[in-house]
Amino acid sequence: MKLDQATYRLSDTNKLQTRALAAGVIALLISVVGFFVDTQQFFISYLVAYLFWVSVTLGAFFFVMLFHLTGTAWGVVLRRIIEAIMMTIPLMAILFIPVILGIHDLYHWSHADVVANDPILEKKAGYLNVTFFVIRSAVYFGLWYLIARKLYKTSLAMDENPTAEQVKTLRKVSAPGMIVFALTISFAAFDWLMSLDPHWYSTIFGLYYFSGALLGALGIILLVAMHLRSNNILVEEIKVDHYHDLAKFLFGFTIFWGYMAFSQYLLIWYANIPEETIFYHERWVGTWKILALMQVFGNFLIPFVGLMTRNMKRNLPYLKKMTIWILLMHYLDLFWVAVPNFHHKGIVFSWMDLTLFVGIGGLFMWLIWRTLAAHPVLSLNDPKLEESLHHEIP
Amino acid sequence: MSNERIEGILAEFKNPAELLKAAEKMRDAGYKDYDCHSPFPIHGMDKAMGEKRSILGWMVGPVAFVMVIFGFLFEGWTSTIAYPLVISGKPLFSYQAYGAVAFAIMVLTSALTALVGMLALNKLPRFHHPVFYSDRFAKVSDDGFFVSVEAGDKQFDREKTKAFLESIGGTHIEELIAND
Repeated sequence: MKLDQATYRLSDTNKLQTRALAAGVIALLISVVGFFVDTQQFFISYLVAYLFWVSVTLGAFFFVMLFHLTGTAWGVVLRRIIEAIMMTIPLMAILFIPVILGIHDLYHWSHADVVANDPILEKKAGYLNVTFFVIRSAVYFGLWYLIARKLYKTSLAMDENPTAEQVKTLRKVSAPGMIVFALTISFAAFDWLMSLDPHWYSTIFGLYYFSGALLGALGIILLVAMHLRSNNILVEEIKVDHYHDLAKFLFGFTIFWGYMAFSQYLLIWYANIPEETIFYHERWVGTWKILALMQVFGNFLIPFVGLMTRNMKRNLPYLKKMTIWILLMHYLDLFWVAVPNFHHKGIVFSWMDLTLFVGIGGLFMWLIWRTLAAHPVLSLNDPKLEESLHHEIP
Repeated sequence: MSNERIEGILAEFKNPAELLKAAEKMRDAGYKDYDCHSPFPIHGMDKAMGEKRSILGWMVGPVAFVMVIFGFLFEGWTSTIAYPLVISGKPLFSYQAYGAVAFAIMVLTSALTALVGMLALNKLPRFHHPVFYSDRFAKVSDDGFFVSVEAGDKQFDREKTKAFLESIGGTHIEELIAND
C-alpha cells in the first residue's frame, strides 16, 4: 500500500482488498455448510456477528454527524476513515437479508401459533409481526443511507470544488440526521436484539446498544488508522495526538457503556419485577455467569483502569492491544445479550460464531479499503484541515 | 523609604515569537520562579518554559480510589451494622445499591480535590501579585508580552537578572518595588 503525496490517494490496496474479500467469501462459504448442519445455530451466530459489524457502521455514522455538528478541528484528518466505515451501510442492508430469512429461527414472535397462545404477544402483534419488522428495517436502512450518502457526497465534492455552502449543508443534514439516528438506532436495537425475548422490557436498551456501537466504531477506526500507519501512510498527518483523542473517546465511552449497563441493571434489580429480572436471571445460569462477570470486569473495569493515564493513551502498540480487547468484549457483550435466549443452560460457542464473524468482517473490511482507495484519504479542502494537522495536546 | 524592597523584575518583549524564545533562554539559564504573560495562549509555551505536567492527577486519583471504597464500605456499614433495615425484601448487604452512592462520593471528593488542589498548586487565592506594581503591565490584556522574574528565585540577582533580560531582547525593564 502506498500513498501519492500529491493527490493523497492510496494505491496498491488491491492485495489487501483481495485478502479481505477472499477471507470473507471463504468464511461465508464454510458457514453455508453449517447452515445445513444446524440451521438455527447458523442464524444465531449470524445475528451476533451481524449486530457487531452493523454497530461499527452505525457508530461511525454517529461520529461523522457529531464531527460536522460540533465543527471539530482535530477529527478532520480522521474523517475519511470514519466516512469509509459509515459507507458500509448498503452492504449491511444486503447482509440483513439472511436475518429476515432466519426470522422464524430467531424470533419466536414470528410464529403465528405461538402468538395465538400467548396473550402478551397477541397484544404486541400490531408491532411485532413479520411484515412490519421488514418494513421498519427497510426504513432504517433507507434513512441511514440517504443521510450518509448526502454527507459523503458533500464531503467528496469539497475536494474538487470547495464552497462555504458545503460546510453549512453538512451541518444542516447532520442536525436532523442526529435525531433520526437516535430514534432509528433505538428501534433497530429493540427490533433486532431485544425482541429475541419479546416478553422482556427495557427502555434503555436502545442506548445500551448505541453505547456499545460507539466502542465498536472507535475500535475499528483505530485499527484502520494504525494499519495505515504501519504502512507508513499519514504518519505525519494522523499524529499521536489524534490517537490520544481517540483513546480519550474510547475511555469516555467505556464509562458511558458501563453507565448504561449499570443503569439498566440497577433499575431492574431494584424494582425486582419478574418480567424484567428474567433477563438477568437467564444470563446468570451456569457458565453464562462467567460472561456476565466479564461484562463488569472485562468490558468496564479493565479498559477503565487500562486507559486511565496519558501515557497509556499515547502508547500506540499498547493502545492497539487495548482496542482489540475492547472489540472482543463488545462482541461478547452482544453474544451474552443474544445467545442465552437460545441456549438456556450455559455458554455454547459454535465454530460458526467464528466463521460468520470473519465472513461479514471480511466483506466489511474489503468495502472499507475499497472506499478509502477510491478517494483522497484526507478531506483536502476542509476549512479545518490545517488546524487538524497541527492538532496538539499540551 | 526604608520599607522598599524588590519583589521582581519585569521585561517586555515585542511579539509572541520573541516571548517564546525568551522563555527558552530563561529556562536554559536555570530560572525557575519566572512567568510569561501574554494576551492570548501561545502554542508551545509550556515546553519552552520547561513546565512539567501537573501533578494534580496524582492527587485526584488516590483520593478517588480511597473514597470510592470508603463510600462502598460506609453504606455497607450503615445498612448492615449501624442501622439494619430490610428494604423491599432484599438482603441487608445489597452491594448493588451501593454503587450509586460510592460513585457519587467518589465524584464529589475528586472534584473537590481537583478544585482545591488546582488552587493550591497555582498559589491561589492571593490578593496581589508583584507584577501589578508596574503600570505598563496593563498592556498584557491587549498587546503586551512580558516576562516576570520573582525575587524568590535562586538565580535572582538585581543587576545580573536585569542584564540578562536585556541580553535576550527585553525592553522596558522594570523593577517591581513594593512600597508599603
